[in-house]
Amino acid sequence: MKVFGKLVATEFRTALREPVYLGFAGLFPVILIVILGAVPSFREPSPDLGGLRVVDVYAGIVIALSIAMIGLQGMPTVLANYREKGILRRLATTPVNPIALLGAQLAFSAILVVLSSVLVFTVTGILYGVPLPESPIAFLLAVVLAVIGVFAVGLLIAAVAPSGKAANAIGLILFFPLMFLAGLYAPREVLPDVVQRIADFTPLAAGERLMHEAMTGQWPNLLSVTVLVGYLAIFGVAAAKLFRWE
Amino acid sequence: MPVIEVKNLSKRYGDTVAVRDVSFAVEPGEIFGILGPNGAGKTTTVECISGLRNPDSGTITVLGREPRDRTLRAEVGVQLQESELQEKLTVREALELYSAFYPKPADWRELAGDLGLDEKLNTYFGKLSGGQKQRLSIALALIGNPKVAILDELTTGLDPQARRDTWELISGVRDRGVTLLLVTHFMEEAERLCDRIAVIDRGEVVALNTPAGLVEQTSTADQTIRFRPSAPIADELLTVLPEVSRINRHGDRIEVVGTGNLLHAVTSVLASNGIVAVELRLEQATLDDAFVRLTGRTAEESPR
Repeated sequence: MKVFGKLVATEFRTALREPVYLGFAGLFPVILIVILGAVPSFREPSPDLGGLRVVDVYAGIVIALSIAMIGLQGMPTVLANYREKGILRRLATTPVNPIALLGAQLAFSAILVVLSSVLVFTVTGILYGVPLPESPIAFLLAVVLAVIGVFAVGLLIAAVAPSGKAANAIGLILFFPLMFLAGLYAPREVLPDVVQRIADFTPLAAGERLMHEAMTGQWPNLLSVTVLVGYLAIFGVAAAKLFRWE
Repeated sequence: MPVIEVKNLSKRYGDTVAVRDVSFAVEPGEIFGILGPNGAGKTTTVECISGLRNPDSGTITVLGREPRDRTLRAEVGVQLQESELQEKLTVREALELYSAFYPKPADWRELAGDLGLDEKLNTYFGKLSGGQKQRLSIALALIGNPKVAILDELTTGLDPQARRDTWELISGVRDRGVTLLLVTHFMEEAERLCDRIAVIDRGEVVALNTPAGLVEQTSTADQTIRFRPSAPIADELLTVLPEVSRINRHGDRIEVVGTGNLLHAVTSVLASNGIVAVELRLEQATLDDAFVRLTGRTAEESPR
């Protein structure tokens, strides 16, 4: 446990020295929502969004953005790099199981999502009066489910990508469509019905829907929960089976 | 009981046989060298011993256990070829982190000092030179106070001074009772450090002996003397000597091949005839020669 703590601390330490990644994954979501909130009409209640304001809806969307950048791009790239550079192999010759390093990177990534989310709510609460979710526990559950569903996909990328660069490229290819379906470019509510039905079965959109619903006090819907747990089961098992240590 | 015992180890990758029927035993406290040209199967052999690869056939025991046994990890230090660390991790952080992995770690400050990394403690791994990375890699292999250390291409990428310092360090490690398995293709390193050497070529052990034993075992002519005589000298004066087996002439130079106390015998004859040997050179068979005879090429040949 002590060693695991040190490994997680090392992940933070090395990440703090990569300001580009940390800036993108940790700060870009909050910067984006601050910019959106600066548009006066986005601070007016919108009937299309069930009386919520655009800026309220985007709180969940930018958290999904943070999950996507960390889970689909950052984490798989780091893990594929660890394999490419022989760090996992080197670790296999010590008393520490290389799985611990995977775990440390996952823990670091999850903590980064949480920090980024706290930052989003703090800043938008102060600037635009975005309320905390009506049911905070449901919201937290939504974040956790979104993280496990998206991270499972990211782990599969890390498992099969031959290099860090390849992992980054695969992550990028998945990022845009999944983020579109999760409402980054226009909230899901204004997308055509058929697109929304498709979105329900993708991990980011399912996670975003749970967060959105928790904002108005709803508990997680069964479909989205099933979809996300399904991603964990299928992609997680595939990643475990296919993961190459060298 | 041997510290490492390899019996009939074989490993193939697809159609390529990397190691074929390799056997040897490493005794407690010795420095055992695996010497061979690039691509001979040295690395595959140590990867099997380190538990990173499964042999196709044959058995390996390390300290009486299977190489895959995880309890060995605290007792066996391994330095791998081409393994890196996180770019943005400093030398100090790497040493501290890796010492936390072991129950009874060595003092990392001392190790860093011995390996000349004192000045680099706050440098990122990514900013180190090749030789510095290599030295850090050796430090990490020794940081757990291992009973056995496996070092693959110990001094590759080091400059001559650093190479000598590292040899010094390794001798010191052996003096503390650590058993060392060394993979190398540097003849001088093998000759200087190893108590015994297994020469591996094309996946097979072609010889196993002490460095001196290997030279003796393979050498046909022990010594060669080359010189330019200050005055003409007849062949017969030298060929009658029991130590001399033959004489070759190259222009005004003479090459005398023979055994035993050849140098003394030849210079005595020259002196009694009032002849001075100019540009005298004595050549004895070296491990290099032994290696070439065993494998048909030099160790540095064949690019990686």
